Parts: sequence; C-alpha cells; structure tokens
Amino acid sequence: MTAFLQNCFAGLALGSTYALVALGFVVIFKSTGVINFAQGGLLALGAYLGYTFSNNLAVAFGVAVLLCCASAALVGATFERIVLRRMVGQPPFAVIMITIGLLFILEPMITAIWGFDQKQVTNPWNIRTVEAGGLVFGVRDLWTIGLTAAVVAAFFAFFRYSSLGLAMRVTAFDPEAALAQGISARRVYATSWAIAAALAALAGILMAAGPGGLTPSIGFIALAAFPAMILGGMDSPAGAVLGGLVIGLAEALTRGYQDELFSWAGSNVSVIVPYLLMIVILLIRPYGLLGTKEVRRV
Amino acid sequence: MRITSIFVVIHITFEDEGVDPLPPPMLSVNNLEVVYDDVVLVLRGLSLEVPAGAVVALLGANGAGKTTLLRAITGLLVPHRGKITKGTVQLEDTDITAADPAEIVRRGIAQVMEGRRVFAEITVEENLRAGAYTRRSRTEIRESYARVLDLFPVLAQRRKSIAGYLSGGEQQMLAIGRALMASPRLLLLDEPSLGLAPRLVEQVRDIVVQINEQGTSVLLVEQNAVMALSIADYGYVLETGKVVKDGPSAELLADSDIREFYLGTSAGQRRSFADVKSYRRKKRWSA
Repeated sequence: MTAFLQNCFAGLALGSTYALVALGFVVIFKSTGVINFAQGGLLALGAYLGYTFSNNLAVAFGVAVLLCCASAALVGATFERIVLRRMVGQPPFAVIMITIGLLFILEPMITAIWGFDQKQVTNPWNIRTVEAGGLVFGVRDLWTIGLTAAVVAAFFAFFRYSSLGLAMRVTAFDPEAALAQGISARRVYATSWAIAAALAALAGILMAAGPGGLTPSIGFIALAAFPAMILGGMDSPAGAVLGGLVIGLAEALTRGYQDELFSWAGSNVSVIVPYLLMIVILLIRPYGLLGTKEVRRV
Repeated sequence: MRITSIFVVIHITFEDEGVDPLPPPMLSVNNLEVVYDDVVLVLRGLSLEVPAGAVVALLGANGAGKTTLLRAITGLLVPHRGKITKGTVQLEDTDITAADPAEIVRRGIAQVMEGRRVFAEITVEENLRAGAYTRRSRTEIRESYARVLDLFPVLAQRRKSIAGYLSGGEQQMLAIGRALMASPRLLLLDEPSLGLAPRLVEQVRDIVVQINEQGTSVLLVEQNAVMALSIADYGYVLETGKVVKDGPSAELLADSDIREFYLGTSAGQRRSFADVKSYRRKKRWSA
C-alpha cells in the first residue's frame, strides 16, 4: 500500500507537469484552431532562461521562476504578433507547419547559447524530502503539485470571470460573431500564445529543478503531454489538466510495478503507456474525456 | 432617382424648419464597391442613407448583396476575403470605411448577424457580457444590462441557461439584446425574422420599434418585406449589388413592382416570377 501511494504521488507530480504543458496546447488550439508543436521548444527556452536568471544573474529562485514565465510569455506573444498574424485566414495546416519550423529554430538556438552539457539550476529544493505517514515526499514534487494547482486555478478563474477570458471563449466558438461584438481576435490570439508559453516555461523550470537537471532534450516532455491533451479533449482546458494527471499517474504506476507486472514486455514500458492510453481512450471516446460534443437543442 | 430621395428626406425631417442646415445622416454609404477574392464584384456602386432616428429597410432577394453591405459597414469583410475597392462609409461626420471592427463598434454601430449567431456554449448572461466587450464603465454596462432584461423579460428568466438550449425566438431576442449591450447609436439587423413563427416575427417587429423609439437608428435588412416596410420610414430595394428603387415605405408598399415581387400580391392576375426576365424588371425600375 505504501508503495502504491508513493507511486501515485510521483505520478501526480509528473502529471502536474504534463497538465501545465497540455493546458498550453489547449489554450492555443481552442482559440486559434492550431496545434502548437513549438510548445516543447518554448518549454526548453523557458527552463534555460530560468537557469540564466537563477545561476548567472543570481536572482532568488522564486523571482527567477516569475521572470522566466514572463519572458517566455513575451516571446510567445511576439512570435504570434510578428509571424502568425500574417497567417490569419490561411489554412491551419500552414500555421501548424510554421510552429514546427519554430521548434526547429528554437532547439539549435538553445544549444548554441547554452551548450549541450547538463546544467544544475540553483534552487532551494534540490533533493530535500519530507516524511509523513511512512511516505517520503520530494520537496520539489510538492511544490510542483502546489504551484500547478494554484496556476490552474488562477487560469480557470481568469478564463471564466475576466472579460478577456470571456473574449477568448467566444472567439474560440465563433470568431466572426466575436469580431462583430468588437472583440479583437488579435488580442485574443496574442494572449493565448503568451499564456501557453508561460505555462510551458513554468513546467520547464520545475522539471529543470528536478533530479534530471537541465539538458536540451528537456523539451521532449511536450511529446508526452501531447497524448494528455488529446486524451482530455483538444478543446477542453479541464480535460487537459485531467489528461495530464491521468497520463502522469499511469506512467508512474507502470514504472513502479515494472518488475512485478511488466517484465515480460521488456524494460521502460512506462514510456509507451501515455500513447497506449491515448489510443484506448480515443477508441471509446473519440472527442476525448471532456472534449465537447456540440450543444444541441432537443 | 438620387435627387428625389434627398428631397424626400429633407421633406420629412424639416417640414417646419426649412432653414437649418441639414445635419449629417447617422449613416451614409456612398458609391460603395465591394469585391470578394479580388474577382467577384458584389456591390456595384451602392449608395444609401440612414437619417438619425429613422428605421430604414433594405429589401432584396438572396445574393443581392445585403449581407455584404452590412459586412462592409462593420468591417467584417476581411475574414471573407472581401475588400472595399471604391466608395466610402460615413458614420455622421466620421469616415469609417474599412475601419477596424472593434473601432466601429466603439463608435456606435452594433449588428445582429444573420442566423442569430449567439455563443451557444455559454450562458445568456455571458453572451450579454460579450456584447459589452468594448465598453469600460461598469455602471453603464449594468444600466444596459438592466435595460436589455427589461426589454426581453424572457432573457431575464433564463439568465443562467446555456444559450444553445434557448428556442429560436429566444435566441433571436438574445442576439438583439447582445447587440444592444454595446449601446449603439445605429443598430444593423440582418434578417431578424428568418425562421421564426409569425407571432414571433410580430414580436421582433415590436421590439425593433421600441428600440427605435428609445433613440437608436435602425437599418433593417429583410426578405420579409411586409414586416420591414410596416415599421420603416424609408426603404431601399437592392438587386445584384445596386439600389434599384428607393422611397418612403408607403410609396414602396403601393408600388406595383414591389407588390408583385416582394409582397406577393398584385392587382392583376398572378404571374410567375420565372416568367419575368430580370432585365425587364431592372429596365422598368431604372426608367
């Protein structure tokens, strides 16, 4: 039982990271209809910026986290403003290709600036742990879960109650009718990119503070968050969070019971679990766990 | 034709005063030409005016360019790859030709789009909030909100319902209410009676009259000519992107061509629409 709970805790921490990235995917997809493949690149950029603030500029870690989110948001919004704005009215496919292009630009840029070797981000958590009820909790994992919960709650409050959040929802639903109300689609798109980039950066710096440290391949985590988004339903922010947690839990539990249950399938079965789970869930619910079925009058 | 129309406007508005200079109309569209995709010419030099405080009806068959005109006025041509290639749109003294849609709403033009286009996934209340997006003052928004709920008691009852579950008539009321939340000086309505039962059409008509009485000028685009002309001060008939006839509503209602093609009643025996070649009609109208 202890082992199970311990695995669940690890799963929640991992799932929180996935949830942040998946939420970023959904925010952009919902408002612009585009899947942003550069999410992993923005995540890596955010993590490295956080490293620079924390290590090179010796800013307090908490401030470094805020700064890296803010600067990533700026990068996201600027990219939207300079490049994607010209693509309004073009097929989403073309825009998706541009985001892939952005990913391939960001990756070598990051290695050119920061190099290939592993970095350790100066942070107050390191490998410290606390014990409670026979379980061992990593301080970083606790912070990851706590911060994710806080950020997700803030996002939903913003999305639900603020006027810009309302503008994002209606633009997602009917861009032309939204425009007719005087809602500027440009502002909505730029905001979506800023939010998604900030979420990715937060996920990145939280990962980088972990035992794995910071390497250029940190952006690959976005690949695992991808099934989280699809599983939750591409247009559902709540689904992204749920999907992230489900995938994180499934991955951690598979890893925990690898030797007892999955040894017949070879090692590292946990790596493919997110995708297996995505396929199974999509077979049962093609629009994802919480994706929208159209509202219809009866 | 143009000269007569101006004469009529002067006549109506300044019967007793006569000497004052003519104030600019609420909306004036001058010689507007709109092209889609750089090739499809939809409006060919269209001109019309909405005097301040008036209800003006715009009649025309499918494809005449009614919706395109509204898009051109409100800046919504861009997502449809349309462009104004000639002419101007003026709101009182300001030139708003091809201005930003948000800017146009802020300046006082709101529209009810064809097919209602309410935001079906969110509540009635949120739909109304979205309509007030361009406004900053919370007290003013609250006043408009109270006014809209007052005008549409049915919306007041269903404030928290998801808009997609409202009936067609209720959705039309919501679409009108949402436009009013912008507190417009000029309201554009694109076929508000479309797909509604006769009793609801009457209700929509009464609402439009009421809105106009509260001081909002109205441009009413309709296929339901009887309904539109019954409340309008003035009417324009649009055909293939041009105004082919205009005049005070009473005059249009009495016109034998209008009676035949838009009201479906004619003095003599009934003729089939297909029997009458369109060039013949145009010829007669421009004569």
